[in-house]
Amino acid sequence: MAITLSGDHAIPSPPLSARLTPPQVWGILLLAPYLLVFLAFVVYPVGYGLWLARHPASYVALYHDPIFARAAVNTLIFLLVGINVKMAIALFLSGFFAQQRTWIKWLSVLFILPWAVPSIPTILSVRFMLNPEWGVINQLIFKFTAEDGPNWLNDPTVALGMAIGVHIWKSLPFWTLILLTGRLAISHDLYEAAEVDGASWSQKFRYITWPSMQTLYITCTLLSMIWTLGDFNSVYLLTGGGPADLTHVLATLGIRYLRLDQLSLAMASIVCALPFVLPLVYFMMKRLSR
Amino acid sequence: MKLPSLKEIGNEAKLLLIGIPVLIWTLVPIYHMFLFAISPKEDAFSGKLWPTHPTLNNFKIVFYQEHYFLRDFWIQFFNSVVIALSAGALTLVIATAAAFSISRLRVPGGRWVMNLALFTYFIPAAFLAVPMYRTMGNYGLLNNHWSLILAMVTIASPYAIWVLKQASDKLPVELDEAATMDGATTLQLFRLVYIPLMMPSLVAIGTYAILLAWNEYLYAFLLLSKDTEITLPVALGNFLAADDSPWELLMTTGFIYALPPAAIYYAFKRYMVGGLTAGAVKS
Repeated sequence: MAITLSGDHAIPSPPLSARLTPPQVWGILLLAPYLLVFLAFVVYPVGYGLWLARHPASYVALYHDPIFARAAVNTLIFLLVGINVKMAIALFLSGFFAQQRTWIKWLSVLFILPWAVPSIPTILSVRFMLNPEWGVINQLIFKFTAEDGPNWLNDPTVALGMAIGVHIWKSLPFWTLILLTGRLAISHDLYEAAEVDGASWSQKFRYITWPSMQTLYITCTLLSMIWTLGDFNSVYLLTGGGPADLTHVLATLGIRYLRLDQLSLAMASIVCALPFVLPLVYFMMKRLSR
Repeated sequence: MKLPSLKEIGNEAKLLLIGIPVLIWTLVPIYHMFLFAISPKEDAFSGKLWPTHPTLNNFKIVFYQEHYFLRDFWIQFFNSVVIALSAGALTLVIATAAAFSISRLRVPGGRWVMNLALFTYFIPAAFLAVPMYRTMGNYGLLNNHWSLILAMVTIASPYAIWVLKQASDKLPVELDEAATMDGATTLQLFRLVYIPLMMPSLVAIGTYAILLAWNEYLYAFLLLSKDTEITLPVALGNFLAADDSPWELLMTTGFIYALPPAAIYYAFKRYMVGGLTAGAVKS
């Protein structure tokens, strides 16, 4: 659709084409398909969404909705715990995978699996593992202690913790790989010199590794923040927002309102997040467009 | 001579102490899925770590669509394939044209378009899902494969354009100049010089877009709803709706669904690592 439309859209009017060189005309023609996609599926939806969220009443309703407040708190916990734990482990493991061993090379191939396979089946697999009656975890607990294990996903705190765990499981390989690339870029001579001077492991990390990886680490953390904010699958497929809508995050809350046919609330809840998201998005955009 | 070797053993032990938990952590959910796929129902629900009677019967049930939940398996599989390939191809066409235009032809306003695209890339996809759903409704595309294909193209294009632009910025300008001197038109330049040189990046981006579309759940489940129109992940999600879901079949279907992207990932890993991680590392 986008391509057929582009033909009549981008033919420049005669006075304009006189000023444009042929390559520039081609440039506009070749850029037109993306611009059309952008207008039709980004500009229009965003504008329409903002228009839907224009009523102050929606925000009052959100303010009085305990589920919204809970989702906001959950989102904060999800971000703070999820990202920091994930990035710290990724930084640690990047050092592990930087070791030159054949078995570590093989391990790194397997380690990528969570990132390479789609998240839906694996999240559902974890969900069944946590099933209170039939799940393998509680069956093992019963076998060894002869007592019933906890009903994992029925406790909002544990359920949210599990969702964070699933999120970390899925995205840890990616960030480890990125940090590993950064670590391997550090000159080996620096470490050898430090070795000669008798530097300890922690000194090497503090004075060589960290200073050269600082910027990368912070960029990754910010980027991960944006993406984690949009992580719908980890929460929705594991807990479905339950029990009693206590484990929603902003990404799933919008969909919940949508399913309850409260479209203006769905949009308003997203608009509430924008003051926090947009500066991050702008910062990342500036960073990558250099 | 003895002391350093002791130290080495200690070192190796420390590495193993990290490596083994990492291996277990990584494989448990995947192994659990595989275990269910090869277990008959009784074994699957008994909490055994290896089935007493491993079987491929579950795969047979899925392939012959012998269960109520699986009656449209092949159609849904086919839907997933068509949508992933279409989204991949369309993204590739749109992004390559745009990157060529911005990077090589230096079209006026190109930098601006690049920034806008990057802005879109960083907006969490889940935030765009609600307005996108309404928009597709307004366009009359709901329950039509085009809605999902176009949504995936929208999400995949920004990153695709950015990666391709980075790659094509590295090609020497002299190449274009020489070709133009020889009388090449812009289109010939695009077809005969640009595309062949960009092949590795194009493979990487095509793979990226195909995997993105194949793996997508949220948009697929919002935009498509008829049993014969949905993709595999949506069908998997629908298993959850029932209380007595046949979990061993769900896991078998999930296993089959997870195989192609994993295979593609490992097959194109060479391109993926070079092309796709470069982005984040650059800063």
